[in-house]
Amino acid sequence: MNMDISEIQTFDHDVVVIGAGGAGLRAAIECSAQGLNTGMICKSLLGKAHTVMAEGGAAASLGHTDERDNWKVHFRDTMRGGKFLNQWRMAELHAQHAADRIRELEEWGAVFDRTSDGYINQRPFGGHRYPRLAHTGDRTGLEIIRTLQDYGIHQGIHVHQECTALKLLKDSGKISGVFGYWRDTGRFVLFRTKAVIMATGGAGKIWRVTSNSWEYTGDGMEMAYSAGAELIDMEFAQFHPTGMIWPLSVRGILVTEGVRGEGGILLNSNNERFMFNYTPDRFKEETADSPEEAQRWLDGDASARRPPELLTRDVVAKSIMKEVEAGRGSAHGGAYLDIASRRDGEYIKRKLPSMYHQFKELAEVDITNERMEVGPTLHYMMGGIAVDGDTQMTAVPGLFACGECTGGMHGANRLGGNSLSDLLVFGWLAGKGAKDYVSQLSRPLQIDPEHVEEARREAVGPLNQEGGENPYLLHEELQNIMNDVNIVRTAAGLQRAIESLQELKPKLANIYAAGSSQYNPGWNQALSMRPMFVVAEAVARAALIREESRGAHTRLDFEGEREEWGNINIMICQNADGSMDTRKVDRNAPPDHLAEIAYSNLEDLEGGVHV
Amino acid sequence: MSEYTFRIWRGDSDSGEFVDYKTEVDDGMVVLDVLHRIQAQQAGDMALRWNCKAGKCGSCGMEVNGKPQLACMTRMNTYLEEDVITVQPLKTFPVIKDLVCDVSWNYEQNLKIKPFKPGPTDPDGRYRMSQEDVDRVQEFRKCIECYLCQDVCHVLRDHNRKDVFVGPRFMIRAAGLDMHPLDVEDRIPDIRDEFGSGYCNITRCCTDVCPENITITDNAIIPLKERVADRYYDPIIWLSSKVSGLFQNDSKI
Repeated sequence: MNMDISEIQTFDHDVVVIGAGGAGLRAAIECSAQGLNTGMICKSLLGKAHTVMAEGGAAASLGHTDERDNWKVHFRDTMRGGKFLNQWRMAELHAQHAADRIRELEEWGAVFDRTSDGYINQRPFGGHRYPRLAHTGDRTGLEIIRTLQDYGIHQGIHVHQECTALKLLKDSGKISGVFGYWRDTGRFVLFRTKAVIMATGGAGKIWRVTSNSWEYTGDGMEMAYSAGAELIDMEFAQFHPTGMIWPLSVRGILVTEGVRGEGGILLNSNNERFMFNYTPDRFKEETADSPEEAQRWLDGDASARRPPELLTRDVVAKSIMKEVEAGRGSAHGGAYLDIASRRDGEYIKRKLPSMYHQFKELAEVDITNERMEVGPTLHYMMGGIAVDGDTQMTAVPGLFACGECTGGMHGANRLGGNSLSDLLVFGWLAGKGAKDYVSQLSRPLQIDPEHVEEARREAVGPLNQEGGENPYLLHEELQNIMNDVNIVRTAAGLQRAIESLQELKPKLANIYAAGSSQYNPGWNQALSMRPMFVVAEAVARAALIREESRGAHTRLDFEGEREEWGNINIMICQNADGSMDTRKVDRNAPPDHLAEIAYSNLEDLEGGVHV
Repeated sequence: MSEYTFRIWRGDSDSGEFVDYKTEVDDGMVVLDVLHRIQAQQAGDMALRWNCKAGKCGSCGMEVNGKPQLACMTRMNTYLEEDVITVQPLKTFPVIKDLVCDVSWNYEQNLKIKPFKPGPTDPDGRYRMSQEDVDRVQEFRKCIECYLCQDVCHVLRDHNRKDVFVGPRFMIRAAGLDMHPLDVEDRIPDIRDEFGSGYCNITRCCTDVCPENITITDNAIIPLKERVADRYYDPIIWLSSKVSGLFQNDSKI
């Protein structure tokens, strides 16, 4: 029986932001500041998003700790970290605006750690030439999300908590609404809106070992893809080198890069500081080549180069894997991370309080006395929804995206600390982009009741089944398949994964959730399976196409970067018949001024002007 | 691996009961892992909140054997196999379903607190703060909003005076703003009149359950009570204000 659309609870907004992590909150604040009637939907309670798990800091060339820093050096580091696959314009805007966005947070009440002369302190991090991360101990993400939340609630934003968006609705190609449901009651809800900003984060839950929570099921990527937007760089998924690995139940939980930023070193089972053996040629000039030089760097010698533990995440993650493969892994198949022998106990507790707490409580390890055991964990998606760098609009008119759910900014590998700054800069720009778009709309937009009915029917499917596939077990099957789309990949494995995903699709259609729709995790899990399948397939297909190893994408059958692939991004969109289309797109040549910065010597940039 | 019995509250705002589940527990597991295993294998529709699974988001607060805890930070090796482990939702807030309760009242309290209001910048347009000064407020800003403190607060839990007292969580939020080196807003009248600082009788139960080890009572609530007392109850100021009518107190400490 069809449901009358007027029976569904309906809200009217100028713009609906989906997701309330840092990117969503920053976008909603900007929309509201621009005078838009702003709604914000979030699956969890406000303030619980994955941004709280960002620990180390937000990268911005404030120049407080080293005056030689400026946006150009930050831009250059970002491009080099991304193996020159980043969208030039996004990396430029990010580096130029990050510092202002951080200062703005301070005006909204954020309390960052201080330098001795009272300014925002900055911490060294992998791939960043200078200490660049504004931080609050090792809970910077919490500080940022709470600041945005407490500022945002006074800006007139309508927050719809514990609400899941399922489908975007369009009127003649333009965004006109969002269909979703309340998690507590299971009732459906409709948002009439002129624009949507996706800020839904990543899709870490398609992998077994991940730092991501249940929320990261690729909803935004799938909704955008199904609505006609393109996905870019999906083959690049970041494995953070240091996740907890023991006990088993905590496997994947993040250990901040801040441990290494504060001087922590990686050791193998022979007690060797193995990272000195893995410095790529591109970074040799800027990386210490002996423990002695690394120690001088830690002691503050400006002429000493950074220790190799602070190489980019892709390099460190793969180095740990190689040590394990060579039989030099830690007791539970990872590496040892040692801060205890490098800093005194009080310093560790002050700068890394949550790490101290986390290991003490979950692993019964005292990091001021003992070594941690760590290994790679899926942490972040570089790939995502393709957007215009200036406006953040996708190929679908009225659909915007910012934060982790987008692709392009970080290229083949994201630098630590560039995510918190990314979500601030692009959340802000997405809000501006949405305002400009909404202002030029000339006629009211409609919602087609048939589209709503179709979305409703799909959503209640799992509840109306007489038995079927258990969504939790199906999720496990998906994660098993993704073992072939992991940190190292081969054509055979990727093909096997793509075939297995196709074979599993009938099960997806036969998914079953027991119980009612009221706060039913089984049903919620069932509804998140389609997004996860779409993202999994996109990652596997893109990974199969890219026949080289670059950044976070490592092909055992195609080692090393290949010049021809440095000019290509892989784009994915949905065909009319619902199948997945993949294509290679030639990258635009960079504008001269950016090419000059990206390929210049550091000496040329160090005296650069602050912007 | 060993088998444990979990007695979990199942139901909604109308009715409910404790249901026993027997399940295998592996080394190193926390209560949240066990609840997930029960959910996946025996009770697919059992509602609970969680996110980070690392004690950083404050979503999975519940009462385990009567004690408010984060399920993700409660290790199974703190219990004996022969014990039955009872799990129920936070008592102070209305149940929605199973282990999930309606905490929206807390979000309403937060809205009552006047937002951060920075004073003027230094002449160069920048703000300076010393680490010593920010240490104090950083303690309060560690709060992950798990509401365990709200759950154990006698004023809220036993006397249900949500109409007069905002609870420990929002006292530390107010303290975090009031002691913020850059903030110039005056919240003292609100702290007394709207937030009900006088209702806290300093039993320190909130401090005991805080998973972030924030010294809620001694470092936040008592100093706020003192600021209120200084403003309203200092006999010398009171007398001089009666005599001269010149009493003005807009200074911040």
